[in-house]
Amino acid sequence: MSGLARFARNRGALIGLVLLVLLIAVALLGPSLYPTSPWRLVGRPFMAPFAMDRFPLGTDTLGRDIAAGLVHGARVSLLIGLVSTLVSLMIGVPVGALAGYLGGVADDLLMRFTEFFQTIPSFALAIVIVAILQPSLTSIVIAIAIVSWPPVARLVRGEVMSLRSREYVLAAVTVGQSTPRIILTQVLPNTVAPIVVMGSLMVASAILLESSLSFLGLGDPNLMTWGYMVGAGRTRLLDAWWISFLPGLAIFLTVLALNLVGEGLNDALNPRLARGRD
Amino acid sequence: MPSLRIATAAAFVSLLALGSSAGWAQAPKRGGTVHAIVTPEPPMLMQGLSQTGPTNMVAGNIYESLLRFDEKLNPQPSLARSWEVTDGAKVYTFKLQPNVKWHDGKPFSAEDVVFTLDKFLREVHPRWRPIANAQVEKIEQLDAETVRITLKQPFGPLLFAMEVASAPIVPKHVYEGTDYKANPMNNTPIGTGPFKLKEWKRGSYIHLVRNEDYWIKDKPALDEVFWQIIPDAASRAVAYETGKVDVLTGGSVDIFDVPRLAQLPNTCVTTKGWEMFAPHAWITVNHRNGILGNKQFRQGLMHAIDREFGKDVVWNGYGKIPTGPISSKTKFYSDDVKKYDYDVKKARDLIKQSGYKGETIKFLALPYGETWTRWAEAVKQNFAEVGVNLEIVTTDVPGWVQKTSDWDFDLTFNFLYQLGDPAIGVSRSYVSSNIAKGNPFGNVGGYSNPEADKFFADAAVAATEAERQTLYTKVQQILAEDLPVLWLLEMDFPTIHRCNVKNLVTTAIGVNDGFRDAWKE
Repeated sequence: MSGLARFARNRGALIGLVLLVLLIAVALLGPSLYPTSPWRLVGRPFMAPFAMDRFPLGTDTLGRDIAAGLVHGARVSLLIGLVSTLVSLMIGVPVGALAGYLGGVADDLLMRFTEFFQTIPSFALAIVIVAILQPSLTSIVIAIAIVSWPPVARLVRGEVMSLRSREYVLAAVTVGQSTPRIILTQVLPNTVAPIVVMGSLMVASAILLESSLSFLGLGDPNLMTWGYMVGAGRTRLLDAWWISFLPGLAIFLTVLALNLVGEGLNDALNPRLARGRD
Repeated sequence: MPSLRIATAAAFVSLLALGSSAGWAQAPKRGGTVHAIVTPEPPMLMQGLSQTGPTNMVAGNIYESLLRFDEKLNPQPSLARSWEVTDGAKVYTFKLQPNVKWHDGKPFSAEDVVFTLDKFLREVHPRWRPIANAQVEKIEQLDAETVRITLKQPFGPLLFAMEVASAPIVPKHVYEGTDYKANPMNNTPIGTGPFKLKEWKRGSYIHLVRNEDYWIKDKPALDEVFWQIIPDAASRAVAYETGKVDVLTGGSVDIFDVPRLAQLPNTCVTTKGWEMFAPHAWITVNHRNGILGNKQFRQGLMHAIDREFGKDVVWNGYGKIPTGPISSKTKFYSDDVKKYDYDVKKARDLIKQSGYKGETIKFLALPYGETWTRWAEAVKQNFAEVGVNLEIVTTDVPGWVQKTSDWDFDLTFNFLYQLGDPAIGVSRSYVSSNIAKGNPFGNVGGYSNPEADKFFADAAVAATEAERQTLYTKVQQILAEDLPVLWLLEMDFPTIHRCNVKNLVTTAIGVNDGFRDAWKE
């Protein structure tokens, strides 16, 4: 059975994929749907969803269009999720690959360094980093990347350790390929599957982390994000639930979709595990 | 049918409220306990040594000064039963109340007043010290009930300096010859006021009890006042809803919670009792940074800000739009100045003429909670409508204090107390002699206009009220033209209390000295 078929057999993964495609479509089409800034004070504050055709999802505490906020927030959330995951992979994969392949003292040093980051509570560390660097898009991406790379390093190290004594790797050593070349061309390509699965889940947790930071008021103050919308509306939850609820729902669906897709990818890329489910 | 039951209860309670307001003149009832909020927890209760808001709120009921002020800022007797200004407004003679006792039973006399003003406060009080050193020639005791202050030149605001936070009278027998700041008695304040400190359970409450020997017979009416300390605004609102506290002092709950709490049965809301402070909110402009030094540009910005929106939506309708540097609640206010209505077209024209090229201006957000954040977002949108790019920069409270004190900002919010008289609370933000790093409440924007400096200086020492008014009107006209800062709101801090707590807010400082006359039905 091909990977694609295995993915398709997981109904949850399909639902997740559909949600994700919709979300990406919204993010891409956003600027044409809502060309003006989501911060504009366009209507009366506290209008409920469907109360007025112009604002299908209502308005917030200052009279900003919540639908516009959600659409623009989708772009920011996806962007931050993807970029910070890429950055943390760029740190985690080399560290893990070197540690796993070289072993010995290098392994010890790199793993102690990794554990140093792993032992600090990640959310607290992210808050500290953002607070020190001043909240902005860049500082948030940096903070998320710094707290998310250690699990990647550990995963890649484990994979590389099991791969490096395989015959084809030993053969490459025998024909005299250089170490970097062996790592890049022989070892790493075989670790791609677990990294892809982990990456998809990391995008989800990055989106959650960014939302939590924004909720606490540590988001980029010039970007409309879902976490900011939840945070700004939470004090009015009793009389204007939709201000917080709708962006909260958007976060929930996005994270759910990414997790479902991640699981589907796991089934598709790890056929031995997937077979166990049949 | 719970909703019907609630409606009936509400109707019943409002009938009760009507009944009691009809009989407003009834005599105060003795006895009772009131729970009020103080937030944050005061650092200490020795009012001469600490001028923080929470200290004043509690200690103003323990200590007294020579004068109190009514809601129109007219001086009223307190420890001084009468006073006289003679010799070209240079000699102030205060006659003191007889039979006043300190909380430890010792008699109070003119010696205590002279010691307080001439020794104690001159050494420790940041607002009295400059007045005592620059304006006062001598402070002397004429007899046990008379004190005379002689000035070097007329100084109009002197009486305002006799308010309890500015000049609380402290006991000479406790402090004379000691290291004032290290005196162990600072933990158990001894005043002459209507209430004594019984217990202070840190992090929980401050318990005041009636002063049985108070110099006004039959006052205070209440037996006890508990100042509850609850660290979170939402929990404070809940404490009121559940009946744990009776008084939510100004600023203790978020402004957007006020309309909801005001709907509760037996609940009264008042914005009075802040006339002495008259908090004035504005956008501080750093004149050193490029286009911000351009008057036309600032005028354009002022026309661009929808200040009514800020008041009605961000501040839930509380407050008033200011016309200039002096609050309409403060003495010597004049509205005979240039006005700036919300006018996008005029704003665009002025900004275009100023030569603004679209450079990004940074707005340092004031980290005092959500309402201020929303306000910054609204201002940013107002500016965007006229093509001015604003980037909001967030920070924490120490960060804000440091950046503002070091002039490291383009624009930021600030709000200052006016303290009754422009010479005390207004001029400090605009005169060039107050351009100094290290204090966020000085003239941090660097505005400098020798003409305004001169009018401010002359007005402070002019002999008559009429002369002072003329000079302050001129200053207001100059500043409204120059716009050293962008005035946004005369802020209101509503006090929410149970309607059966009567006479709580009767002075210009509200609950800060309100428990002397308060009573509970």
